[in-house]
Amino acid sequence: MVFGPNGSGKTTLVRVLGCLTRPTSGWASVAGFPVHTHPLQARRAVGVLTHAPLLYADLTVWENLLFFARMFGVPQPGQRIEALTECLGLTERLHQRVRTLSHGLQKRAGLARALLHSPQVLLLDEPEAGLDAPALSTLETLIREHCAQGGAVLLTTHQVAWGLSLAHQAIALWEGRVALREARPQEYAPAFQDAYRRLLAGAGG
Amino acid sequence: MRSALTALWGIIWKDLLLEVRSKELVLPLLVFVLALVVLFSFAFEARPALVPLVAPGVLWSALTFLGTLGFVRLFSLEREQGGLEGLLTCPVPRSLIYAGKLLAGVLFLVGVEVVLLPIFSALFNLPFLLPRLWLATFLATLGFCAVGVVFSAMAVHTRAREVLLPVLFFPVALPAIIAGLATTSAILKNEPETAGRWLSLTLAFDILYLVVGGALFDYILGE
Amino acid sequence: MPSAYDATPSGAVPIWERLLLGATGSTLLASLALIFLWVPTDVNLGVVQRVFYFHVPLAWTAFLAFGIVFVASIAYLWKGSERWDSLAYASAEIGVVLGALMLATGSIWARPVWGVWWTWSPRLTTSLILWLIYLGYLLLRAYAPKGPQGARFGAVLGIIGFLDVPIVYLSVQWWRDLHPGQVIGPQAEPGALEGPMVVTLLVSLLAFTLLFASLLAFRYRLRRLEDGLERMRYARA
Repeated sequence: MVFGPNGSGKTTLVRVLGCLTRPTSGWASVAGFPVHTHPLQARRAVGVLTHAPLLYADLTVWENLLFFARMFGVPQPGQRIEALTECLGLTERLHQRVRTLSHGLQKRAGLARALLHSPQVLLLDEPEAGLDAPALSTLETLIREHCAQGGAVLLTTHQVAWGLSLAHQAIALWEGRVALREARPQEYAPAFQDAYRRLLAGAGG
Repeated sequence: MRSALTALWGIIWKDLLLEVRSKELVLPLLVFVLALVVLFSFAFEARPALVPLVAPGVLWSALTFLGTLGFVRLFSLEREQGGLEGLLTCPVPRSLIYAGKLLAGVLFLVGVEVVLLPIFSALFNLPFLLPRLWLATFLATLGFCAVGVVFSAMAVHTRAREVLLPVLFFPVALPAIIAGLATTSAILKNEPETAGRWLSLTLAFDILYLVVGGALFDYILGE
Repeated sequence: MPSAYDATPSGAVPIWERLLLGATGSTLLASLALIFLWVPTDVNLGVVQRVFYFHVPLAWTAFLAFGIVFVASIAYLWKGSERWDSLAYASAEIGVVLGALMLATGSIWARPVWGVWWTWSPRLTTSLILWLIYLGYLLLRAYAPKGPQGARFGAVLGIIGFLDVPIVYLSVQWWRDLHPGQVIGPQAEPGALEGPMVVTLLVSLLAFTLLFASLLAFRYRLRRLEDGLERMRYARA
């Protein structure tokens, strides 16, 4: 779970781990693969959801997912897409163009794209923004299931309380550096929230 | 190997489907290039006696403009549609994305040319079926795309891309343009040997830039 | 890996650059003296032939500059060090200036000697195209994003552009060939240049090569300072 004010480097972190931005210095690795020497393995191991759904606006949800399934080499793409979209409540929207979907539905379709190849690591950049209550609980279930199956999730958010309720580890970023770190956020949630509030207050002054 | 082919086909299929849906490339380009041919025919005074001198210039100026405009669109469409970064997250070698976009670009441009060439032949009273002319056009298109896709992927991240892309594209593509011009004029003067020599130069250009483009594409995609 | 933390150079002019500058100045003066005071006027071409002593060194340094862009671009993509990119950029900028002077002096020479300002011979066309490509390089660097992404774009163009040279040359040579043969080098016609002319040309070549080296050293250092400034501004923002 990653917190931090705007511009603190949350999105950059996700983009570097998702191999979308090259690190200007230093190195990064996901699922044991350094992003600059093994980008293909790293990309296969991660599923990325950013602010935009990263889907083609004039293709339908089905066509988009089929395209990405082919790119990721997903076996039996048809079944996989049907199962995923049913779980995300997109079945009725499968043959609508992404352009015509609402923001929340686009986000769900983007999530389906990120989950398509059953990645080990999920990178979710503020996934809760724009989701309604049922979708939010689906998201929570998905995250819990993913972790239960041994996968890892890196999630950035501004919703501190919500984020802490899901987290196994929490960090807060400040000007591109880790400012707070909490290994047992469930137990120490109030303390972490206090510390985070002080961090933000320090930003104002 | 099979997964690479699936991915390659995936990119082409996606581009063709997008084009069927949005119709933002082939049709406007075709109308544009026809307008160009008409304009150039007047600008270069295409009297019957001058056809062998003027026609190659008209055709290849038009094809060059067609290429540039096509390349400005090829990657910016990807971005306007919102899928560019999705494509970048895919675990396929960058040279494969290059090949996919290249083949899609070739299909689009050849699609325009298949309509353009007969109309061009009719306007200049040339025979419709000149296999060498078609071959020259196709080979030059392949070379255009080999260079153009690289610049197209750069231009999507730069300012003033509509101007910048032709500025980069024209000088680099010049050998392919000259070879196309020379082939066409050799065909119109009925000199098959000369035409063959120029076709092989075009082929050399194609191979050089296919290799270089595929090798360097990794450095261009993504931030 | 790309090193954003390369040591930022200091503003002081290093001693070897001062020495280089001194050598450049004195050789340039010497070559000017040779060109305008010493070397005999060409019997056939008259006084305009003296442009030749500027044109040939300008052409040589311009091509050298573009060659350095090519090599530095490959090195940048390979090693990822910002220094290579700074070298490529500095060399491209100087190459474009030298290339413009090369084209201008070439025209001044061509008008009285061939009777035209310009002819589409392979050598002239290739020079013009190469110059246009590196003009495009400067435009690309201006319009592309700053930092490593723009540097990579530039490097790719630096490589593609230089590889284009032989194939442009060949295509134009096939298209038409009007240009007289090379004047110096393996294919030199015996007696094309007289002794004093050769000496003057060689001194002038040396002077312009030194001039190019000084400009490159200065521009490279300036570019490094600019990059350092950019980083500091970014770090503060």
